[in-house]
Amino acid sequence: MAIGLYIHVPFCKSKCPYCDFYSVKVNNELVEGWFLAVLRNLEHYGGKYGKIPINTVYFGGGTPSLVPEEMLHGILKKADEVFGFENPEISLEANPCSVDLDKLKNLKAAGFNRISFGVQSLDENELKFLGRLHNSKEAILAIENAALAGFENISADIMLGIAGQTENSLYKTISDLAKLPVVHISAYMLKIEKGTPFDCQQIKLCVPDDDKTAELYLFAVKVLEDLGFRQYEISNFAKNTFECRHNLHYWRCEEYIGIGPGAHSFFDGKRFAAKPSLDDFIKNPFQSKEITDSSPAGFEEFAMLGIRLLQGLDLEFCEKKYGIDAKKILQKCNILEKNGLVKVCGKKISLTAKGCLLSNSIIATLFIDFQ
Amino acid sequence: MSHRHENIRNFCIIAHIDHGKSTLADRILELTSAVELRDMEDQLLDNMDIERERGITIKARAVRLKYTALDGKDYIFNLIDTPGHVDFNYEVSRSLAACEGAILVVDASQGIEAQTLANTYLAIEHNLEVVPVVNKIDLPSANPDAVCKEIEEIIGIPAMDAPQISAKMGTNIRAVLEKVITDIPAPSGDDDAPLKALIFDSYYDSYKGVIIYVRVKEGCVRNGMKIKLMSTGAEFTVVETGFMGATDLINVGELHSGEVGYIAASIKSIGDTRVGDTVTDADNPCDEPLPGYKKVNPMVFSGIYPADGSKYGDLRDALEKLQLNDASLSFEPETSIALGFGFRCGFLGLLHMEIIQERLEREYNLDLITTAPSVIYRVTLTDGEVKYIDNPSNYPDPAKISLAEEPVVNANIIVPSDYVGNVMDLCQDRRGTFKDMKYLDASRVNLHYELPLNEIVYDFFDALKSRTKGYASFDYEMTGYAPSKLVKLDILLNGEVVDALSFIIHTDKAYARARKIAENLKEHIPRQLFEVPIQAAVGGKVIARETVKAMRKDVLAKCYGGDITRKKKLLEKQKEGKKRMRQLGSVEVPQEAFMAVLKLD
Repeated sequence: MAIGLYIHVPFCKSKCPYCDFYSVKVNNELVEGWFLAVLRNLEHYGGKYGKIPINTVYFGGGTPSLVPEEMLHGILKKADEVFGFENPEISLEANPCSVDLDKLKNLKAAGFNRISFGVQSLDENELKFLGRLHNSKEAILAIENAALAGFENISADIMLGIAGQTENSLYKTISDLAKLPVVHISAYMLKIEKGTPFDCQQIKLCVPDDDKTAELYLFAVKVLEDLGFRQYEISNFAKNTFECRHNLHYWRCEEYIGIGPGAHSFFDGKRFAAKPSLDDFIKNPFQSKEITDSSPAGFEEFAMLGIRLLQGLDLEFCEKKYGIDAKKILQKCNILEKNGLVKVCGKKISLTAKGCLLSNSIIATLFIDFQ
Repeated sequence: MSHRHENIRNFCIIAHIDHGKSTLADRILELTSAVELRDMEDQLLDNMDIERERGITIKARAVRLKYTALDGKDYIFNLIDTPGHVDFNYEVSRSLAACEGAILVVDASQGIEAQTLANTYLAIEHNLEVVPVVNKIDLPSANPDAVCKEIEEIIGIPAMDAPQISAKMGTNIRAVLEKVITDIPAPSGDDDAPLKALIFDSYYDSYKGVIIYVRVKEGCVRNGMKIKLMSTGAEFTVVETGFMGATDLINVGELHSGEVGYIAASIKSIGDTRVGDTVTDADNPCDEPLPGYKKVNPMVFSGIYPADGSKYGDLRDALEKLQLNDASLSFEPETSIALGFGFRCGFLGLLHMEIIQERLEREYNLDLITTAPSVIYRVTLTDGEVKYIDNPSNYPDPAKISLAEEPVVNANIIVPSDYVGNVMDLCQDRRGTFKDMKYLDASRVNLHYELPLNEIVYDFFDALKSRTKGYASFDYEMTGYAPSKLVKLDILLNGEVVDALSFIIHTDKAYARARKIAENLKEHIPRQLFEVPIQAAVGGKVIARETVKAMRKDVLAKCYGGDITRKKKLLEKQKEGKKRMRQLGSVEVPQEAFMAVLKLD
């Protein structure tokens, strides 16, 4: 079966104060070193495992759009050469102010067919709070240019739970995006990660509390659905068939190879991660490998990831594959269904929007067998 | 009386808690060289961790000592250490039955306290010679002469020549031992009569089986002899018999009348060895058993459940083992819809209950959930049937009750006169009936109240201490039953009655308690996936209500480039969390919530 390829691009112009992904300040020498290391690692995997059909490639970051197009192109070429592409979705995460029309055209020509902009908001104050480098005008322009450059699959990330965010401002952000050629929206709730600049009392006091953020989320789900963006995952909404195929690999417990400092992989029956160090990544012939799970893909994991998809979890399938007792789980679903948290259809269970908000607890309630 | 008897003294030490009983025992052990100094530990006879930590004696313990008196003669002392707390009167009573005398220790700065009185009366009831000793004379606030006077006036025993000692500093200990020789009578008994020995304690040894502690009243017991335990008729062959050394048992093969010692006879079950029973010679039995002493029945009951349901068997084993050494502990299996399989346990009082719980948790490594303590109610049904209810779940339908009664106690509270008002308020609040009030001296008062037992099983002692800055002392004895207006208060979570949280209460107190419990529960039950109403109801009528709001947000939004370790970690954390939760219907309740019901202030 075809797998996903994730390339971690650990460069940013400046680090957003809420972000805890691994990244360093961009500099040409480092980018060059990183580029060569990516190629080395691709060859390494190719040499070791031979042809592995790839049907999604995802450049995440960091800010992948900071990397020169030629290098991105080189990586794609190398990947195709060692693994073999099978009609792949090729995504790039981009900052609205790091791409102009020319660059977008070059990217399209290099093989990218999906671009995901970190828009976050179209409200200037909210963008300032998040410490973003772009303003709403630049975000809109970037999307329009992407369409002009020939991208049909354009995604925008938006953030929920920003200080000062209201239903009105959120509605404006979403409806303005809907007027643009955007076919996919990821709506993430702001999470204050430990050790980030946002991890302080001052910020915690001015962002909406859990209850308010929950309301904003439910509101966003409704507005997005009304505007034709169907929710297919807890944080992801798509028009027609524009679901992000790469992320579907994750939720479906399918394999993927991650390359780059801090990149995670699920491959060859194991989950592992590379050390989050650019220096390490550049210097070592091959990236380091820390096993995070040597026997993954049990039922708990499958269910935990699968239930995030709104199409739901097919317990009949799980019964066959994992030998679990679907009846027991369905019984536990009763009260959740009564309270509007899950939907049950035969042996298929799925989360409602309200249930998505409580997915951690629901997963724990339904799938952990704590006897 | 034989010459041998003249050199034996069997005695115990009685005192109010903290008056220095165990310290005096330590000094006596040192002075009689029963223990080498290198083996000496504080509170040597209190060998349970809990006893040492809390500074209390729970179990009676016996030791044989050799003392060379000032007159040059050697004496054998059998010293039996006893608990001071009212809950363990039973243990005291057992020890007393094996003795001819008791050393009464009174704190030179505190004077007579409630348990001083209770324990002294118990000793006098057993016809023991009471030897008063005034301890802690080294304290700056000590007033030994006044305390001696108090002993004479209040208890009515001569105390002008009572040894004034400091057990802590080792001052005047010899005077105490000389007093034991002169004042406490030697035992009597006929070595040639058929064996008649009183069992005053027993414990289980995994190598030797049940070890019984006996006081031989008549006759002798020897290794190889066939003995009979008179109440059960069970017969055993003596494997070992001898004395209790300070640190181990000394097998000497023979015990004579007047002596205190142990018997090991490969007894497998503690059930055969009832404390208070008489041991006799199976081949040459005595005519009738010794009068067993007053058996104390448990007064406080509570359900004890393993937090982890699979540990039920472990809990049963642990309770059985504890019961081997604590005959006053009773338990029988019970089932709760909320908590699963557990035991309804009977205790002598609240301290006893706490100690048992603590021992189960510490010595047997068990995680427990305990339900609110209950007393035994007496209910007469309309058809004339009388029922004793020790579990609120079994409380009958009010329509079928013609008379409900609750146990009452006579309480003695000794308190500095400044706090009399506070104590009276407290007793009033606890539905007490004032009986009388006596001045012990110019500054201390003995208050006498009749109180319902269910008002003191929760937190009365704590409340008393906090309202008197810790100066009050308290003792009580059961007097019987009195009619009362009782109701059963049920707690409902999400509309379902949680049987383990139900309790019986006086009508006048129901509203206030219901509100308090609902509030406590609200604080302790975390937000769940849906709103959880907490209701307190009497006979189907809701009298208090709180709501635990539904959780709104608990989600990991991002996919983190395929990094699912965070999700897994979270899942592991939730698994751990679940272990500490009880699933009550659809509601998850942490163990602390069950305890929260007990905390009223």
